[in-house]
Amino acid sequence: MTKVKKLKRREFLQKGALVVAGAAAFASGVTVVAGAEQWTSGLKTLNPHQGQTLLAMSRQMFPHPQLDDSYYIKVVQDLDADAGTKTETARLLREGVARLDGVKRAKFVTLPPTAQIAVLKEIDRTDFFTKIRNSELVSLYNNHDVWKKLGYPGASYSIGGYLHHGFNDLNWLPDPPESASPKPA
Amino acid sequence: MARYDYNDDSVVVIVGSGAGGGTLANELCQKGLKVVLLEAGAAQSPATFRNDEWFAFNQLAWLDKRTTSGSWRVARDFPNLPAWTCKTLGGTTVHWAGASLRFQEHELKARTVYSNIQGANLLDWPVTLEELHPYYAKAEDKLGVTRTNDIPGLPGNNNFKVMYSGATRVGYKTVHTGRMAINSRARDDRSACWQLGFCFQGCKSGAKWSTLYAEIPKAQETGRLDLRTQSQVLQVQHDKNAKVTSVLYADKDRKQIRQRARVVCLACNSIETARLLLNSHSSTFPQGLANSSGEVGKNYMRHTTGSVFGIFKRPVHMYRGTVMAGIIQDEAGLNTKRGFTGGFEMETISLGLPFAAAFLSPGAWGRDYTRLLEQYNKLAGLWIVGEDMPQSRNAVTLHSTERDQFGLPIPNVHYDDHANDLAMRKYAYHRGAAVYDAVGAVETVEVPPYPSTHNMGTCRMSANARDGVCNKWGQAHDIKNLFISDGSQFTTSGAENPTLTIVTLAIRQAEYIASESSRRNI
Repeated sequence: MTKVKKLKRREFLQKGALVVAGAAAFASGVTVVAGAEQWTSGLKTLNPHQGQTLLAMSRQMFPHPQLDDSYYIKVVQDLDADAGTKTETARLLREGVARLDGVKRAKFVTLPPTAQIAVLKEIDRTDFFTKIRNSELVSLYNNHDVWKKLGYPGASYSIGGYLHHGFNDLNWLPDPPESASPKPA
Repeated sequence: MARYDYNDDSVVVIVGSGAGGGTLANELCQKGLKVVLLEAGAAQSPATFRNDEWFAFNQLAWLDKRTTSGSWRVARDFPNLPAWTCKTLGGTTVHWAGASLRFQEHELKARTVYSNIQGANLLDWPVTLEELHPYYAKAEDKLGVTRTNDIPGLPGNNNFKVMYSGATRVGYKTVHTGRMAINSRARDDRSACWQLGFCFQGCKSGAKWSTLYAEIPKAQETGRLDLRTQSQVLQVQHDKNAKVTSVLYADKDRKQIRQRARVVCLACNSIETARLLLNSHSSTFPQGLANSSGEVGKNYMRHTTGSVFGIFKRPVHMYRGTVMAGIIQDEAGLNTKRGFTGGFEMETISLGLPFAAAFLSPGAWGRDYTRLLEQYNKLAGLWIVGEDMPQSRNAVTLHSTERDQFGLPIPNVHYDDHANDLAMRKYAYHRGAAVYDAVGAVETVEVPPYPSTHNMGTCRMSANARDGVCNKWGQAHDIKNLFISDGSQFTTSGAENPTLTIVTLAIRQAEYIASESSRRNI
């Protein structure tokens, strides 16, 4: 019984912390790690330490101050799903995390950012690094919420394209003559 | 729709339904010939296309494994994706941007005009521009190319506005919204362009010409086209007299079917056309079908490419509207004073955020790169497309160990940049940056080549049978009833986007096939 209560209490605290941290991140643009243990418990193939390490790596790979951890957690979740169906991926991630922890004789997640970057530079020709990079490129930049943050609207078919929605609205340069750029029909 | 018997040996079998095969199928059907069109991919339509880069890539691209080798940067950045072509009905005309330019006269006489460039395996085309002009005119009419046939140019988008101002400020004169196979007004039962900004993902408005909805339905209306999708040809077979007799293909259930044929035309894009011939080796043709010259797969060309993006202080929103929204043609001509031979075009290009992240700097990571991506809305971009040198060692070959889902060797694509290609790219990067600097770019970014969209030359035309694979009609030197009907026939690459020339050659080839058939020569 005591154990259950503790768990509940911890869960509550984490949820509370997540809300507060999320609000702080929104207000200041600062990134925080919150609800950490909570999200790693949802991983199927990766253990919590591997999840946290890959999260830290993902942040250093494509860091955007305006994106909180939730976007990078999605990157790790996609890797976890991939590792669940491909033993080759699972092996790459397992060995890769061990290597990240081995370079500086300290766990990667405990290193300051500059040291983390130095570690990544040492391994940026490995299959592991390429795997994370290629996977993150899709997980992060194909995330529609990231599109919104970076100002890309995505599909235009639903609005009938840009013909009547600003395809030629740039006004800080003169318009080309009609011989070069006829008016729309 | 027609349905021909597998043993009907009076049909023309066309392999591939893109610019070459799709056009040829329609032209032959219009002339009364019976055509079986085999397409490896499935049929999509404007209704099933999606304005989504990764989704469309997985829906349309040719993703069967390939390997790469050579000094080209694509081998490092995209080792298993040498080319960005399509496996879908309509082939790469579903994905293309629509730029439709005629070759220049000197480009068809590259050996004579450029003379002997070390390391280049140059040859004159066995056909002149004068011979091609009437067929170019037919092709432009068919595609509805803007600025031809009294069709107005497209309106320029924001990306073009930046290009135009920059180009004219550095002194370029021929700068406009291009000759595009995209309707600027409704024509040929297709709508005018909606400026969707997703030309590469399949045009949902149907304004861009594609064999998918322009040629193939017309061929079907004749009642003479037997269209079979998800049908990947594995082998072209021949008889003792060195005439092709049939093709062996795998249908969607991987059932192997033999279709007999009177004539076989290959239009599988340059990598797969060459691979199919090499995989069709026999005791008569131990080096591969129609390969007595040893030139099948060789002289692979992909254009000298690269992109320049300018970062500006104010918004551009390059993703709005046509991808190739305009062109600078002043560098396309012959002018050896620049330190290289051949010329190049500069055409606007845009990428959505997902592909910008993947392609702007392959291999890059860290804060410098994400800072660039955060400027996404302030980017303007142009693509360099220039003539590259044919080289014997730049080749599509069969992989020594790796096999595809049918047990056949996968292709390896080897490409080394020629010194001329490197000199041209360096110069073109410099000129592209000058265009954007002239309108106040905060920074310009040189972007390395994407996987090849223009694939040419692996079964080149030649006057002499020992120098190439096919004659001036695309007819194999070794085999009278076998034709090469795509960009593989190109003797040299020119500086122009290849589709218009592929269509032109297909229209011309259809006349030849019809005429030779009626004379019982094939």
